[in-house]
Amino acid sequence: MLEIVILIALALVAAAVAMSFWRLLIGPSVPDRILALDTLYINTIAMLMLLGIHIGSALFFEAALLIALMGFIGTVALSKYLLRGDIIE
Amino acid sequence: MLDYLLSFLILTGAIFTFIGSLGLVRLKDFYTRLHGPTKATTLGVGCLLIASTVYFSTRDAGVSLHEILITLFLLITAPVSAHMLAKAALHIEIPSLAKIPENKVSEYKKTRSEVVKQAGRQEVNPSSTETVKPDV
Repeated sequence: MLEIVILIALALVAAAVAMSFWRLLIGPSVPDRILALDTLYINTIAMLMLLGIHIGSALFFEAALLIALMGFIGTVALSKYLLRGDIIE
Repeated sequence: MLDYLLSFLILTGAIFTFIGSLGLVRLKDFYTRLHGPTKATTLGVGCLLIASTVYFSTRDAGVSLHEILITLFLLITAPVSAHMLAKAALHIEIPSLAKIPENKVSEYKKTRSEVVKQAGRQEVNPSSTETVKPDV
């Protein structure tokens, strides 16, 4: 039962990744695209966790933690650039 | 029993992640779109990470706490990044679909940049009679 549920969940998260990528492509303004990137990395964390349970390997946590750190820093740097025209003043 | 708990957590997380991205695609303007993915961050990924914690804690010998770390980090950083994005969007004046409040309509006939410009001119010439600054 768990296997089937994980496959369904992987399909749902893959659809979520596709939709946020669509917003990244068509997003009419720059903050829309930054928000789409933010959603994309969060969906990637969810996908890595599901893959970790599916394969049964605990090796994916470090990758997920790194993605979370880098994604947050990226989002803040991009919004700071929009806000001030510069990242580090 | 454990299987049912894990399946419930995983399905809830995946559905919330899906709904978050659906909101990102379907909603009409930026400020409402900002609202969608926060559900994906907190409830969606939170449920998935708790499911992963339970799975690896019961499968292996020790308690597995890596995922709690990621959950805490996401819970702390999600409001910060949403706040920064909203501030940047307000700064570059992304249009909003929300209605103007009834008692503010006359003030907001001009765009915000015009108000700022007139406020600057008023500072230079204080004898001007027209009031630009809204009464709070």
